[in-house]
Amino acid sequence: MLPTPSQTVGPFYGYALPFPDGAAVAPLGRPGTVVFHGLVLDGEGAPIPDALLEFWQAAPDGGRQGRAGSMRRDHTTGGHAGRDGVTFTGFGRVATDADGSWSLHTLTPPAEAPYLAVCVFARGLLHHLFTRVYLPDARPDEVLRRIPAERRSTLFAREERPGVFGFDIRLQGAPHEETVFLDFA
Amino acid sequence: MSPTQQEISAEIAAQAAPTSGTAHPERRYPPYRSSLLRHPRQPLVPADDLKDPDAVELSGPVFGVTDVTELDADLTRQHHGEPLGERITVTGRVLDRDGRPVRGQLVEIWQANASGRYAHQRDQHSAPLDPNFTGVGRCLTDDQGRYRFTTVKPGAYPWRNHTNAWRPAHIHFSLFGTAFAQRLVTQMYFPGDPLFAYDPILRSVTDDAARQRLVAAYDHELSVPEWSLGYRWDVVLDGPAATWTEEGR
Repeated sequence: MLPTPSQTVGPFYGYALPFPDGAAVAPLGRPGTVVFHGLVLDGEGAPIPDALLEFWQAAPDGGRQGRAGSMRRDHTTGGHAGRDGVTFTGFGRVATDADGSWSLHTLTPPAEAPYLAVCVFARGLLHHLFTRVYLPDARPDEVLRRIPAERRSTLFAREERPGVFGFDIRLQGAPHEETVFLDFA
Repeated sequence: MSPTQQEISAEIAAQAAPTSGTAHPERRYPPYRSSLLRHPRQPLVPADDLKDPDAVELSGPVFGVTDVTELDADLTRQHHGEPLGERITVTGRVLDRDGRPVRGQLVEIWQANASGRYAHQRDQHSAPLDPNFTGVGRCLTDDQGRYRFTTVKPGAYPWRNHTNAWRPAHIHFSLFGTAFAQRLVTQMYFPGDPLFAYDPILRSVTDDAARQRLVAAYDHELSVPEWSLGYRWDVVLDGPAATWTEEGR
């Protein structure tokens, strides 16, 4: 069957898609919690304050089956209840701040899939973009091997201090600056 | 100076030939001015034919009864009073490219109210807010992949892409498949809207048949006497071959 075309997320998703604890993928107090953070930038290097990022990753044990409960609802008030603090769902959703920044608290992905899958949405972006955030010590996999050497570094997070990783997403730029995006369709 | 509708329409006409045979818009679509600095210039790296069965994007997040309440699918019952506007139901199926239903997955919608105003602080269009309408809904698809929402028909609204730019009435949809790589955010339009020809966002889908797939059908069988008008709209999720040729998912 022919696919339904994509359309931009637009500027007004903010009261619909983001949810409390969207960035808190790691269960409360879990050892091994790491932080990924960075900016989303446009072709002039300006921060994008209305981008939405989604993250999906393997669990530390390699599991990819996911769990419900990312956006748990309060069935009394109809509002959001937040995550339960125990379950690792593997899914995160973060809107960029007014300064284009984002951060995600999660568990370190496993060595056999040492990356976060990212889906980028924004006003002005007619079709979402996929990329990956690799841990600095990730070994080359099938995707990395397909990327020209001079562009590969755009997919590696840099460890700023233990457990804190920086990763900027540049939607547009010179070949060695623009983030590598992946085409899955 | 802001371009005129005539100038934008001329650009739309110049872009009209389908470029790549794909359903999706080119990310660089100059009539939609915001796309100019927000599209990659480098070619995307193909990942639709990965041999690695463990690529994380071939699986995806799951949602369940904890993540929605029953009332979330009725946007007319989220406040004390009834919202203004034409009450509608919108229903359809979420399918993969093999036509198989996407079961138990999350569908999220958001929209302007009947006057064309979003309940968003940055929407300063002078149309009135409706204290009885927020415009956000969610549901999980059933075993046939069906979703169903009750809401009001959104109004058209102005935006600042160019002088006298108006968006046709639409409902934003966010959909998940079984694989993260099937993710889709799109917009559903209403049949016969006179604004279709003028809108660079809809026209960014340059293939006529593909653009038609964004338009719901009015279905009189779905209309409820003395209550609501019915629209039907099915969604087909794109994605890597591995997500739609594998059996038993």
